[in-house]
Parts: sequence; structure tokens; C-alpha cells
Amino acid sequence: MLFGLIVIFSLTAKDFASSANVWNVGTQATLLLLLALPMTLVILTEGLDLSMGAVLSLCTVILASVDIASGSLGLGLGAALAVGITFGVLNGWLVAWMGVTPFVATLGTMGLAQGLALVATEGRETVGVTAELRSLWEGHWVGLPIPIVGALVAYVLLHVVLYHTRFGARVIALGGNREALRLAGLNVNWYLMLVYVIAGVCVAVSAMLLTARINGGNASAAIGMEFDAIAAVLVGGTSFTSGRGGLLGSLFGVLTVSVLRNGLNLLALQASVQVAAVGLLVIVALAIDARAGKV
Amino acid sequence: MKSIVDLLHHMSPERRTLALRLIAMAGLGLGLAVLADSFGSMNNLVTVLRQASLMFLLASGLSLVIISGGLDLSIGANVSLSACLAGTVIAATGSSIAGVAVGAGCGTLIGIVNGWLIVGLRIPSFIATYGTMWILHGVTYWYMDGQTIHGMPSEFRMLGSGFFGGIPLPVYLMSLFLLAGTAFSQRTIWGQQIYAIGANPVAAKLSGIPVNHRMLLVYTMSGFMAGLASLVFLARLNSAEADLGEALTLQAIAAVLIGGTSLFGGRGTLAGTLLGSLILAIVLNGMNLLGISANWQPFITGVIVIVSVLFDSLGRRRRA
Repeated sequence: MLFGLIVIFSLTAKDFASSANVWNVGTQATLLLLLALPMTLVILTEGLDLSMGAVLSLCTVILASVDIASGSLGLGLGAALAVGITFGVLNGWLVAWMGVTPFVATLGTMGLAQGLALVATEGRETVGVTAELRSLWEGHWVGLPIPIVGALVAYVLLHVVLYHTRFGARVIALGGNREALRLAGLNVNWYLMLVYVIAGVCVAVSAMLLTARINGGNASAAIGMEFDAIAAVLVGGTSFTSGRGGLLGSLFGVLTVSVLRNGLNLLALQASVQVAAVGLLVIVALAIDARAGKV
Repeated sequence: MKSIVDLLHHMSPERRTLALRLIAMAGLGLGLAVLADSFGSMNNLVTVLRQASLMFLLASGLSLVIISGGLDLSIGANVSLSACLAGTVIAATGSSIAGVAVGAGCGTLIGIVNGWLIVGLRIPSFIATYGTMWILHGVTYWYMDGQTIHGMPSEFRMLGSGFFGGIPLPVYLMSLFLLAGTAFSQRTIWGQQIYAIGANPVAAKLSGIPVNHRMLLVYTMSGFMAGLASLVFLARLNSAEADLGEALTLQAIAAVLIGGTSLFGGRGTLAGTLLGSLILAIVLNGMNLLGISANWQPFITGVIVIVSVLFDSLGRRRRA
């Protein structure tokens, strides 16, 4: 699917294959990857995290205001991390200990985060963060843009955690084999909680990049971004119901969604058309997955 | 006091659920009447009742979906698109009837598509309707392109802001659908089969209930009610924008959950959803009267949703 899109857009959109645009897509995709990686873990456990976009927006607001007020990037990052982890703990507690269905639990916390961000900003934008923070988006490290380095580090870390630790093996088993884990005497609640906390941490990290990119915080900066992340994970072949799938697929999914959005953008189609296209992509991916599951 | 506790104790669970909601509502109302002078005024009570009626129209369709064990996250986006299309048609033709047909038809069509995705393609309901929600969102914003449609004809606006015998017209609509919906869900075989599907889909299928057909019906009804609600919202606001229904999905879910319908399926009543809509309308109205910024609304709605699902999960654990 990714290959097909690249061919179509190279032929139809003039600047698509230019090297500037390729770097642009790559850098933009890092934000989405930082959400799609933990979303993969969440979906592997038969869960869903609808609160990511709202929590990310809240984190940009907190990070930007603390950064501007104190002039200290470290304090801002600490505050954003605290927000991300708090929401991760709340989601994990609701899902694991209280047995609330994940999509409703996270729909509720989405409301909380969105509301807090609105209350904190009174609907206004916070602009003008420190140059130190801005350099996180624009800067380079050994010749590579910092966002790309960050996303690669996150990918490698999560890959090691998921495929080379006992924790990872159990997360994968949480999807298809929860009862077996329980019977083996494990407290599955803690594993579920950790998955949602990892999601919170990744959201805080992507908030760094997003705040640096838009030079501030905004209560609606990332509304709906969780949908792109879910789309990427589903396109990447991770399944809701069987514990199948993985991080590499999600990486391809992220590239597919990013290429789709970028191509439509170059063809001068508005953001609204892009959202509808991503929605169609999700339905198609789900339909294919459902067919495959039946055989 | 003791007699009330005794009375509650001897009620059937459904009645007890309703009675507890009534008590909570009365408490909220009394509290607000003390805190805010204007709460008890006739004008304000009529406003609350009208808000609750609007919310009930949307939440009643959702209740049936949740009773059948599913979820419809697309209703808010459905309201936006249906209202914008109906508004365009009315503005272009001047015919209210054409607008009503387009709004209700658009809503119903979206419901049928949802049902087909869920029944025909076997996509889990929450993710299928989450996908259609974003498709509808994109289509509506693309179609409206930042414009607002104003100025509905006065006979159409009656639907939202008209009165008959001192009572707002939406309240009549609400009563009609409460009676019809309750009769359907409690007194017909099809209605009872929807409860059975929610309680245990496998058992329902094995006992010969045409599960696919009933599910398709439930999502179609939810879409139709969203289309209908969009018309009443359009008539009430006298304008349509692409973000019209955005906050409504979470509010409708909150109303259904407060009303005691279980997300695990098979439990709940439309009367409960009406009380849930009333409680939500009273809370939002009270915040407004107490001068609390509207920015707090998503937060409060989120708290209500979380607290209600916590009660739902704990109650289920106790029953199990």
C-alpha cells in the first residue's frame, strides 16, 4: 500500500519526490511514530488509547507555559512528563484494576485532558518558547534532524523492550492469552498499567517535538492525532483481537499515513479531506483484517 | 427516612435504578435552587427541559446500541453533517419538508453504513464507528469550508424553539420517542431480542435470534435519531456550522451511562436515559448559572463518564 501511494504521488504531485519533501515527510512522521509505537503495545493488549491526542495537547500547553514562565527547559519537560505519566496511571488503573473497557475509559480521560487544557489556556494559544526548546525540532545531531534521531532511539528502545525482555513477551501474551498469564500466577494488572504509562511517557516526549515545532502550546494542537496513530497501527497489520502484529508494521503504517497526508497536501487538498482519507484507510485496513481473520 | 430505604429495598432492580436517579436529580435541583436564585424560575426550568429533550433524542438511539452490547461513536459527527446538509437544502429551496427529509435521510443512511460495517464486515463497533466519525468529520469540514448557514424559515425554527400549550415542542418529541421506544424495547419480541443479544450474543445466536438483522436495525435507528436530533438542533440554533455536534458524543454517552445503562450490554432503560439527560442538563445549566466557564464542560463531562463507568464495573462485579 505504501509503495502504491508513493508511485501515485510521484506521478501526480510535482514536488513529492524532491529531497526536501522526503526529509519533510520523514521529520513530520516522527511525531506520529512516537504515538503509534506505544499505541501498538496498547492495541496488542486488546486495548485502545483515545486520550493520546488530548493528553498531547495538554502536555504542549503545560510544557510551553512552564518553559516560558521559568525559562528552564528541564522544568518544562519534567512537568510534561508528570502530566503524561499521570494520565497513563489513570488509564491503566481504570482499565486494569477497575475493569473498564479501554475505549470508554480513555474516552473519559480524553474529556478530562481536553477540558484541563481548555481551562488552563482559556482557549488562547501560548506562544514564544525558549530557543533551547525550539532547537529540538530544528536542530541537527551528527547531520540528522533531532526529531528523527529521537524517533529512532524510541523505536530501538521499544523494540528491545517488546521483543527481548520478559516484560515484552508478557505484553504480547496479554493480547491472545490473558487467562493463561493469570493462571500462571502473574498479576496482569501491573503489566497493563505499565503499557499505558509507557504510552504517557511517549506522549510527553512527542509533546517536546510538537511544542518546539509550533513554537508554543495549544489546547487543540493535537486533537485527533490519536486517530492517525490508530490508523498507522491498523494499517501496519496489528490486530485488535488476536494479539498479532508488531512495531515494524506500525513503522510502515506511520510512513503510509504520513505519505498519504503529505501527498494530498501537495495536491492542494485541505486537512479535512486528509482526515476523511485516513478514515477510509482505517475502514479498508479493518475490512482486510476481518477477512483474513475469518479464513 | 427508614421507609424510603425499605421501599427501595423491595423494588425490582430496574425500578431501584430509576428511583435512585430521581432522588439524585431532586437533590441536585434543590441544591442549585438554593445556590442560584434564577435556577427555579419557570423560564430556566423550561430551558433545562428543552436541553434535556434534545439530548434525549440523541441518547435514546445510543441507548439501544449500548443495550445490544455495542457503541456508536459517530453520532456527534452524524449530527454535524446531517444538520449542515439539511440547512443547505432549506436555505436553497426554502422548503422545510425537503430539509427534514434530507436531515433524517442522511442520518439514517450513516446508520445503515455503520450497521453494514459492523454486521457485514465484522468490524468491532467502537472502532468502525470511530472510523466513520472521522470520515464524517472530514467530509463536513470540507463541505462547509468554514462557512456558517444562517436564517432558517420561522416555521422550521418552531421545531426547536416553538411552544404548544406553554411547553416547548422538543418536549413533545421527547415524550413521543420515550413512549414509542419504551414500548418497542420492553413490549415487543424484537426489543427483547436486542436485550438478549447484549446480554449474551452467542446464546442469542444459538437460540435462533437473527442477530445480524437486529444489529443492523439498532445502528440504523441510532443514525435516524441522530438525523432527527440534528434537525432540532438546527432549528434551535438557527444556524449550522461544521463543529455543531462535536461535543455531543461524549455528552450522549454520559447521559446514557448516568441513566444506568450498562456498557457490558443487556441492561438499561430509556426512562433511565431520560433521567440521565435531565441530570446532565441540570449540571451543565447549573454550571452556567453559577458563572463557571464553559471551558470546564468537557472536563466535567469526562468526570461524569468515568465515575459512571466505575459504578457500572463495580456493580457488574458485585452481580457476578
